[in-house]
Amino acid sequence: MTSQAQRGRIARSLGGARGSGLLSGWSVAVTLLALLVAAPVWVVLSSAFTPSGDVWSHLASTVLPRYVRNSLWLLLGVGLGSLVIGVGLAWLVTMCRFPGKRVFEWALLLPMAVPAYILAYTYTDFLQFAGPLQTTLRAVTGWGPGEYWFPNVRSLGGAIAMLTLALYPYVYLLSRAAFLEQSSSILEASRSLGRGPWRSFFSVSLPLARPAIAAGVALALMETLSDFGTVDYFGVQTFTTGIYRTWFGMGERVAAAQLAALLLVFVFVLVVLERWPRRRGAYQQPMSSRYRVLAMYRLTGRRAALAFMASLMPIALGFLLPAGVLLTMAVRNAGRSVSPAFWQYAGNSLLLAVLTALLAMVLALVLAYGVRIRPNVLTKLSTRVASMGYAVPGSVIAVGVLMPLGFIDNTVDGWMRSVFGVSTGLLLSGTIVGLVFAYLVRFLAVSFGTVEAGLGKVTRSMDEAAGSLGHKPLSTLVRVHMPILRGSLLTAMLLVFVDVIKELPATLIVRPFNFDTLAVRVYRLASDERLVEASGGALAIVLVGILPVIVLSTAIARSRERRR
Amino acid sequence: MHRRLPTAFVTVALLALLGLTSAQGVVNVYSARHYDSDTTLFEAFTEATGIEVNLIEAGADELIQRILSEGANSPADVIITVDAGRLWRADDAGILAPVESDALEAAIPANLRHPDGHWFGLSQRVRGLVYSSDRVDPAELSTYEDLATDAWRDRVCVRSSTNIYNISLTASVIASAGVDAAQAWADGIARNLARSPQGGDTDQIRAVAAAECDVAIVNHYYLARLIASSDPADQAVVAAVGMFFPNQEDRGTHVNISGAGVVATAPNRENAIRFIEFLATPEAQEVFAKANHEFPAVEGVAVSEAVAGFGTFRTDELNVAAVGENSAEALRVMDRANWP
Repeated sequence: MTSQAQRGRIARSLGGARGSGLLSGWSVAVTLLALLVAAPVWVVLSSAFTPSGDVWSHLASTVLPRYVRNSLWLLLGVGLGSLVIGVGLAWLVTMCRFPGKRVFEWALLLPMAVPAYILAYTYTDFLQFAGPLQTTLRAVTGWGPGEYWFPNVRSLGGAIAMLTLALYPYVYLLSRAAFLEQSSSILEASRSLGRGPWRSFFSVSLPLARPAIAAGVALALMETLSDFGTVDYFGVQTFTTGIYRTWFGMGERVAAAQLAALLLVFVFVLVVLERWPRRRGAYQQPMSSRYRVLAMYRLTGRRAALAFMASLMPIALGFLLPAGVLLTMAVRNAGRSVSPAFWQYAGNSLLLAVLTALLAMVLALVLAYGVRIRPNVLTKLSTRVASMGYAVPGSVIAVGVLMPLGFIDNTVDGWMRSVFGVSTGLLLSGTIVGLVFAYLVRFLAVSFGTVEAGLGKVTRSMDEAAGSLGHKPLSTLVRVHMPILRGSLLTAMLLVFVDVIKELPATLIVRPFNFDTLAVRVYRLASDERLVEASGGALAIVLVGILPVIVLSTAIARSRERRR
Repeated sequence: MHRRLPTAFVTVALLALLGLTSAQGVVNVYSARHYDSDTTLFEAFTEATGIEVNLIEAGADELIQRILSEGANSPADVIITVDAGRLWRADDAGILAPVESDALEAAIPANLRHPDGHWFGLSQRVRGLVYSSDRVDPAELSTYEDLATDAWRDRVCVRSSTNIYNISLTASVIASAGVDAAQAWADGIARNLARSPQGGDTDQIRAVAAAECDVAIVNHYYLARLIASSDPADQAVVAAVGMFFPNQEDRGTHVNISGAGVVATAPNRENAIRFIEFLATPEAQEVFAKANHEFPAVEGVAVSEAVAGFGTFRTDELNVAAVGENSAEALRVMDRANWP
């Protein structure tokens, strides 16, 4: 610690009086932390620059065009879908009063508890030829097989629908947090100047919330790019399935890394697009010293009914229906679907999720704040790269995690052997520490994006005021920013928590011996086409995911009132 | 620095102690099989030998990567995969050690194990044809090659070419007839597809029952599972289809294996060998194979009722290692055939 302070002092002398240079303590600390998290991404990409022989020309002439086309369509569809549903409903439940609004506020988050691949499995089961819907349809209408047209859920359109349902909550959660944090005085000013609800939304609320909305959409799109379970099951070939195929099927690791690099170009474009609105910096708002409950638009009659239906739709399709299908399956086959070891799996899932959510939040806060007070090329670039893990397919990033862990372990072991003649074996590989590191690599983007968007809305004059009162950066962070950011910090934790509960590929590969989580359990069964046996576990994932969703979303809503 | 030394020593001492106590009676298994029956079997092994089984389950390719990155210190003793291609790949990566075991060599036929004992097949999975009883006369069916002819235009269902069972099947076609013939075959299959590949093998069987296609290429145990199911919907599917094992007149039906090998850096090598030998005993084979309706690797072991109903047939005696060798080429063949 002392050495760090010394380094900080030296760095300040190197980097100028105010320590804003590349070598200031904050700058170095943020860069190092970010590089640590980015290491697995680099491991994956490092081989991308070696020649891969004729594989690449083979890919380009056969399957690559299809990967690009499908991935672009997926991005476009999921992006638009989650944007419209997420932002529209966030604004509706924040600004309008209509029957059920109180429940919808949190219930709109419920689909987040259902992993997209589970949605895919249940919808396939529900909509297939022998499924309940088509059977009823045939019974009611008297149509025979092949005499009617029925949409095929296992298609590009189906994949877009599944991913939109599973991912719109990211946009909803972040834009709602942004709408809640908006100063009531600005909206009142807009209203007093005669702007109606629609124009206030488009000319005031939306531009102010743009960084948060962009962050939410970027998360949804990154998750879309890294999705394997859904597109693989639906037979939609994307970059992700292509990377799997090339790496694990052909054993062509270099070509797979090159595909992954190409995928990250997509992500870079996304990130740049997301940054665009923030450049102008015109969206910081004064912190309102007075807090008052906003006068909401009261909806009645047909409008209230419309608002009610609009809010109910995504919940019904993204949560009630799939959970219902799972529940029926689990109950009908109780003997096969429920096992006593569930509590242990759930305990493991919870432990990992809580631990990671806390760490990811703290890490994101430090990194985002570091970039804020030391915005130089090192901090900006390294945090950008550190957030890339979210877009890389889980299995690939997990292998990327294994290598640095193994390297550290074996280096330490080798050193201990040569110096003390004792073998330390593997210290990190195959432990919970390694697993939590893998999660941080994968999900840092989620907490970082959320915290950064929140921090961006806090005016610089707060930092300056704290500075003039003698607060050092760290104390400003803890005593000024953290209380203001309460809502964003909780949101960040919630998102990471739910993501960890659902996470699969990294858990499978990095976990310790004899260590099962709910997601692992469900995957074991579902991957082997035993959906009925998997239904109990899938339901448990949904249930374990729901409780924190409800608790934290009410806390987020309350955080606005706390700022009084 | 000096102040930390005592702590370091204590840590090292503790870890060494842990290492010693755990080295006595464990076997660390990295498994790509995900069946509850396996867990039961592992418990039986512990009961019989006193050796504890530590287990990690994940995809075989990822497990291979994990062993590679753990390096010399890897705790892995045994790796179990669900297909020959991955066993070959593990061997190719240099992580498997040769094992000499009279028990294993006596129990497991030569084509189901590595010539030098790098790995041993433990159960067999047959890639057969499921046809519609209404629309297909089994007499029309003959070989995998025949499915690529124009008679089957728009009538075939099969899952994605990313699937390892399809890769292995194509690799076996390459092994038997060469790349060019395999290309022509894959082109024909891709042309004859009734629908874009989607879902798993069970979904292909359901598609046959739902009249979306007339014949599907699937592993036998997916149908066996439906036969054993008590769900009326599954029974309706079973009633509408039949099982056919192709290529009886020539090389035999393509088989894949689930198998195991001892890891080169295994800290508990003796236990690892005992573990695999245990899995090859008739008692264990029965559990191992029956629970998932597979064919046991050891002859004379009872199969599940559903599988017994399939009767006896000839299987491709090609050593499954040849399948692994050709699997990368197989994927390219299917890419070129535009088999999604």
